[in-house]
Amino acid sequence: MPLLLRRVDDRLIHGQVVVGWGRPLALQFIVLVDDEVATNAWEQELYRMAVPAGMEVIFSGVGDAAARLAAWNTDPRAGALLTGDIDTMAALYHADRATVGSINLGGIHHRPGRTERLPYLYLSDDELTRLRALEREGLRVTAQDVPTAAPVALGAIR
Amino acid sequence: MSELLRGVVVAHGAVAAAMVDAAEQISGVTGALTPVSNTGCDRGALEQRVVEAVGAAPAVVFVDMAAGSCLTAVLRQLRPRDDVRVVTGVNLAMLLDFVFHRSLPAVDAAARAAATGGTAIRIP
Repeated sequence: MPLLLRRVDDRLIHGQVVVGWGRPLALQFIVLVDDEVATNAWEQELYRMAVPAGMEVIFSGVGDAAARLAAWNTDPRAGALLTGDIDTMAALYHADRATVGSINLGGIHHRPGRTERLPYLYLSDDELTRLRALEREGLRVTAQDVPTAAPVALGAIR
Repeated sequence: MSELLRGVVVAHGAVAAAMVDAAEQISGVTGALTPVSNTGCDRGALEQRVVEAVGAAPAVVFVDMAAGSCLTAVLRQLRPRDDVRVVTGVNLAMLLDFVFHRSLPAVDAAARAAATGGTAIRIP
């Protein structure tokens, strides 16, 4: 079954992911691609505590993930791919464009240099430019924090 | 007399501010609790808010959920500190217990608050 969600969310595994998306999509596994978390056992345990019984969390660094994307995309279970930043998702897209053909910007929050584009989406001008470049390469980019909200096309984000 | 414990409430949205306000109204004790919201900030910014709210003195940090962005931020920053204890599942009962036991060591104040908060969960 193809991965049902490919999401950039700087809070990683949290309520919106587990409850907001996890329930309606009936997610059975989440792949969290983050080089830092992939080497931190206690932080992995913290994220495992955030998911219900029966939902597997797979932790991976970017390099390992790039080689396993196709396998996750054909896993018979319902799954989601999650990264904490745009660059990581872009690396995965470049590694396997067929698997990561569209992405969801679900939560990128304020930090100095970023501007509010949507209540849950803050991007610097450079980040917006890079996303537009990725879309020109063929990646479909939409913003949507929860499934009950309407997706916003990247072209509508200023 | 040693410095009284600081209490910090970390929660989603406006929950922390509302709980601190309610605890102050009920107890009459003001300034003992500091609210921190995760609204509008990424992981790094939330961790910074937590660090600034806790400061360098002994403290008990109350978190809304036993998992999620608030707990992650708190533990990533405060796990190495022996003088800080974290209690999850914050409710008013535990905050009210805490504000009257701030002269205890953090470990004892946290244990009391957690027990009181747990007792307050009932199906009457």
